[in-house]
Amino acid sequence: MRETPLSNCERQFLLKAIEEKKRLDGRQTYDYRNIKITFGTDYGCCIVDLGKTRVLAQVSCELVAPKENRPTEGILFLSLELSPMASPIFEAGRQSELLVKLNRLLERCLRNSKCIDTESLCVVSGEKVWQIRVDVHVLNHEGNLMDAASIAAIAGLCHFRRPDVGIQGDEVTVYGPEERDPVPLSIYHMPICVSFAFFLEGTYLLVDPSEREERVMDGLLVIAMNKHREICSIQSSGGIMLLKDQVLRCSKIASVKVSEITDLINRALENDRKARKEGGKFGFAELMAVQRITALKSDEVSIEMSDGDAGAPSVAITTESPPEVGRVPSPVVRAPGAGQVGESLENAWGLEQLEEEEDQPGDEVMDEGLEIKEENQRQEKSKGEVVVISDSEEEEVVILNPKTQVKESTLHASQSQPQSTGAAKKKKKQQKKKPVH
Amino acid sequence: MRSRLATTMEVDGLSAFSLREFGCEQNLLSRPDGSSSFVQGDTSVLAGVYGPAEVKISKEIYDRATMEVVIQPKVGLPGVKERAREQCVRETCEAALLSTLHPRSSLSLVLQVVHDDGSLLSCCLNAACMALMDAGLPMGCLFCGVTCAIDPEGHIVTDPTAQQEKDSRAVMTFAIDSAQHRVMMSSTKGSFSVNELQQCIAVSQRASEKIFQFYRESVRRRYSKTV
Repeated sequence: MRETPLSNCERQFLLKAIEEKKRLDGRQTYDYRNIKITFGTDYGCCIVDLGKTRVLAQVSCELVAPKENRPTEGILFLSLELSPMASPIFEAGRQSELLVKLNRLLERCLRNSKCIDTESLCVVSGEKVWQIRVDVHVLNHEGNLMDAASIAAIAGLCHFRRPDVGIQGDEVTVYGPEERDPVPLSIYHMPICVSFAFFLEGTYLLVDPSEREERVMDGLLVIAMNKHREICSIQSSGGIMLLKDQVLRCSKIASVKVSEITDLINRALENDRKARKEGGKFGFAELMAVQRITALKSDEVSIEMSDGDAGAPSVAITTESPPEVGRVPSPVVRAPGAGQVGESLENAWGLEQLEEEEDQPGDEVMDEGLEIKEENQRQEKSKGEVVVISDSEEEEVVILNPKTQVKESTLHASQSQPQSTGAAKKKKKQQKKKPVH
Repeated sequence: MRSRLATTMEVDGLSAFSLREFGCEQNLLSRPDGSSSFVQGDTSVLAGVYGPAEVKISKEIYDRATMEVVIQPKVGLPGVKERAREQCVRETCEAALLSTLHPRSSLSLVLQVVHDDGSLLSCCLNAACMALMDAGLPMGCLFCGVTCAIDPEGHIVTDPTAQQEKDSRAVMTFAIDSAQHRVMMSSTKGSFSVNELQQCIAVSQRASEKIFQFYRESVRRRYSKTV
């Protein structure tokens, strides 16, 4: 689906409001929307809500061979997905410009800043290392996906535990969570992206732009920073000219925001750790806002099967038994590779005619299926040779035992001849079709 | 065989079948026309619906709406398993929706697996139904999904966890409609007898009553004036 374009008056309204230092959702220039970080039941599963923007991150790991030029380093793999749930303009599996840009930014923010110790992920040098995979799914697009994605990814990495590994001689054992407690990743620092939107040739600046604001902005500056005030990556897009002072001011704002967000992540991690330690319930199911009018929870319910009918067994007894398998003409196995058009289907064409004609000889039967069966049986009696029988009305009911059955097959052929005058065309068609099969 | 089933019913007492606690939240995402999250025990699925909306010309159907279902796994890209589930969900939705009321338009349903702890397909179906309801799309009936597992001793477990599914001999999922409690879709894995299948269907039909009751309560709550 195409994106609904923003009308001129909407655009002007938004810009006018920004000029007057007002934002549609009532925030101040440097305000972030509310950030909510929740962790799932799995290790490394994290949902971040940034206002109405929602992002899900899941960290997983597997043992792989390392890269040739770095035999002692583990691998960090990042993959951001724009789920079609997030916005009608996103299509599943399509590489859009936005997707590439976000993926690249996330890689620079997390991998190139070397925030996790990849050497500790080495199991056997040059043979086996852990690959840590971070899947980020955008669930609802209401602006500033980059900040939400970076928070979700780093929070997921901090929350993640990988299985413990034991090495004895050449033997590598991966312990399950029951045998040994899984170990956390060693994380050096937590880089977090902060986005700044610029309007009217860089005159006005807003932190954490919403989706509407993103559509009228002239340029975007993304700064990835950790709480030690180290800039991990910086990117300006949209082609606006920024002054040195503006960039410095942005980096100062970013450092404040980053320390706030880092605190928030740490608090969320601490809460989750406590909940797990106490053995209480944790995960998304527990975090559902039950007080909301749109939400409802029910306790475990049991299903009574007591009243009378007891359902199934009686159904099973009373229902008609399935038709006997013998009624259906058993599939005829020809020579390997041979086939026929319309095979395995019962042919109802010209049955009556056939019946009438076949009634006269007396020894034939009414039903074609039965006929085949009978013939089959007869064959079995007479030494059980291979039979090739067709259920078509044409004459190829042949290759019977030549000694005993010649008579019958010729009889058959002669019967079919008169009625197959009309079917001659059809026969041609069938023959034409054959090579296709 | 029948005698064994009969004893199973007796031995287990009749309260052997139970559904894990379940929860649902509707309208939780701002962008989609309808959204819901459905939780069964630890299994959790998030659903979003867009539509009726403009349809690609190549996918246009002249007398009804085109239904698309996408299931996003949590890790990695969607594979064959997801495709199979998508088809099950799509066919159920197509049967329930009155898509002829919106010809030449698209309905797209996106399901995101948030946590898989067994009975995933039934959770997907429930989340899908709640999201379609939230989007206000016309439906002939509601539907719900129930998963049954048969353990090696022949006992039936409803709404199994991932571990129970793993230990079981057969797993079956049914989509059941709200009007006549008939089976709309079934997806089975493993081997079982005709009797066991009938028994599972009967149990699922009973379980569906509970789920429809839950649907009703949640909608009532949503449209009530006081919380």
